[in-house]
Amino acid sequence: MLGVERGKAGVHLPAAVSFATCLCSLLLALHVAAFPLKASDTPNDGGGSITLEWTAPQPVAKEWILVRRERGGTFAPVTTIEGTVHSFRDGAVQTGVAYEYQLVAQPTDPQLDSEVSAPTRAVAAWFDRTKVNVLVVAAIFFFLLFFYIRQAESGVRWSFRKIPGLAAIEEAIGRATEMGRGILYVPGVQEIDDIQTIASMILLTKVSRMAAKYETNLLVPTNSPGVYTVAEEVVKSAYGDVGRSDAYRSDQVRYITSEQFAYVAAVNGIMLRERPAANFLLGAFFAESLLLAETGHSVGAIQIAGTANVHQMPFFVVACDYTLIGEEYYAASALLSNDARLLGSLKASDTVKIFLITVIVVGSLLLTFGQSWLTGFFSTQ
Amino acid sequence: MKREVPILITLVSGLFCLIAFFVPHPFVHDLYGDVQNWAIVVVGCTYVLGVANLLRINVRQAQRREGDWFYKIVLIAGLLVTMAVGFSEGNHYSDVTSRFQWIYRTFYSPMTSTMFALLAFFIASAAFRAFRIRSPEALLLAIAAFILMLGRVPLGNAIHPFIPNAADWLMEVPQNAAKRGILIGAALGVMATGIRVILGLEKTYGGTGEGGA
Repeated sequence: MLGVERGKAGVHLPAAVSFATCLCSLLLALHVAAFPLKASDTPNDGGGSITLEWTAPQPVAKEWILVRRERGGTFAPVTTIEGTVHSFRDGAVQTGVAYEYQLVAQPTDPQLDSEVSAPTRAVAAWFDRTKVNVLVVAAIFFFLLFFYIRQAESGVRWSFRKIPGLAAIEEAIGRATEMGRGILYVPGVQEIDDIQTIASMILLTKVSRMAAKYETNLLVPTNSPGVYTVAEEVVKSAYGDVGRSDAYRSDQVRYITSEQFAYVAAVNGIMLRERPAANFLLGAFFAESLLLAETGHSVGAIQIAGTANVHQMPFFVVACDYTLIGEEYYAASALLSNDARLLGSLKASDTVKIFLITVIVVGSLLLTFGQSWLTGFFSTQ
Repeated sequence: MKREVPILITLVSGLFCLIAFFVPHPFVHDLYGDVQNWAIVVVGCTYVLGVANLLRINVRQAQRREGDWFYKIVLIAGLLVTMAVGFSEGNHYSDVTSRFQWIYRTFYSPMTSTMFALLAFFIASAAFRAFRIRSPEALLLAIAAFILMLGRVPLGNAIHPFIPNAADWLMEVPQNAAKRGILIGAALGVMATGIRVILGLEKTYGGTGEGGA
């Protein structure tokens, strides 16, 4: 048997050697095979970026040198990456150009290098899909807005919660008129592109009209030349609206300074010298909120504040007579105007709020039962 | 036309910025960057108007010897001297050793710090008023504030480890819940106000021209 086997082995010796060589080569190849490097366009960006991902077999190199070439070109180093890292975003590529990548092991060991990636182009996206959730809520909001505006135009009316701070605006101006003292309107310390400042300018229109109507002196010190320019136009227009253009004085709206505490010093000085009977602190406020409100309180002015900066609300609540909190501040102009279309926008806002509260409750319940898809959909990170 | 053109510009630029939020493509995004640069240029131009207004009002008050007129002169002199020194130093105005920076460090910075430091006294007087217990809600506020203040200092932990934990719970649960509720409401208010302005529904800021309030 053995002889036969030997005989057979002798007959097939070249084939056996060949087989063994192949097997050894295969085993060696399996041990040192270059691992794949996946390159793909970074999604939802404006182009100029390719994302690389890889899973290097053990043992990994201490470091990788990432090299890149345009198709057909020569490799050039991009960056050095730690051996334990598994992905990299190359944000320095040209959109539309095909690039190939390779990870080169450091210290040099060709057996640990990656394969050359497939040619990949960076593409500019026309829509950021990570913002679908924002688009959905915005679309719902827009739809409701137009729906309620249409309803308002057809005569439907809604009732809204009374906000004491709004009712007090006219009372404060009336008080100033009776006392023969002025009104101070502080529109916050942010630029004109801040939504709180824009909302403040809208409220300034209402306050200016009342002040003009009652012939009460109004003073508007501003923190930014941009706000000064707009506020001046707003006050001048408001005086014109009530037929009191002649009563408008060019020094009613003043640019003070763009520096936060220098502005506070100036406004506090105005409060102490002019002793206004009513202070309106409406806009974006930061550390200066209490400095202003306490000084206003010390001169005995009736104070109405409004801000959406959560951290400053407690200071205003403590030091002012009335405070418009968060959404009340944004709703103020619509409620004061009583314009049906503006009230329609408030109704839309309230309906979206109910929708979001429902989503929060349902999302919390789903998460409790291990379902995270709704939470994931509304994630913004 | 005086009213329609600004509303149209607001509508177009507002909608464009809204679209740019969702579209990362350079065709839109680069233009969005340009629009933001235009805004910076416009704001830069308004500084000329602002400084002119500042000078006009203060020079007039100083000329008329109105109350505290001496301070107006200090303000005008400070403005002009600082501007002159800054311009004379050209691109080196922000160097640590520049005279402009010397003015900033020697005069402006201490005065600003002084104003900020006054906050401590204002907080004390405001806290005194806030913690007067005149209603059940005020009592609740005072108790919460007491626990929080005690929990934030070593004495709280020395009395009982429960106090710092209670302070943390107050901050993380009731405080956070209220804050997030306000933030969600404010965010919707921002959307509503923004859309009202963009669509021209809120146009009172431009004047109605109706001649009535």
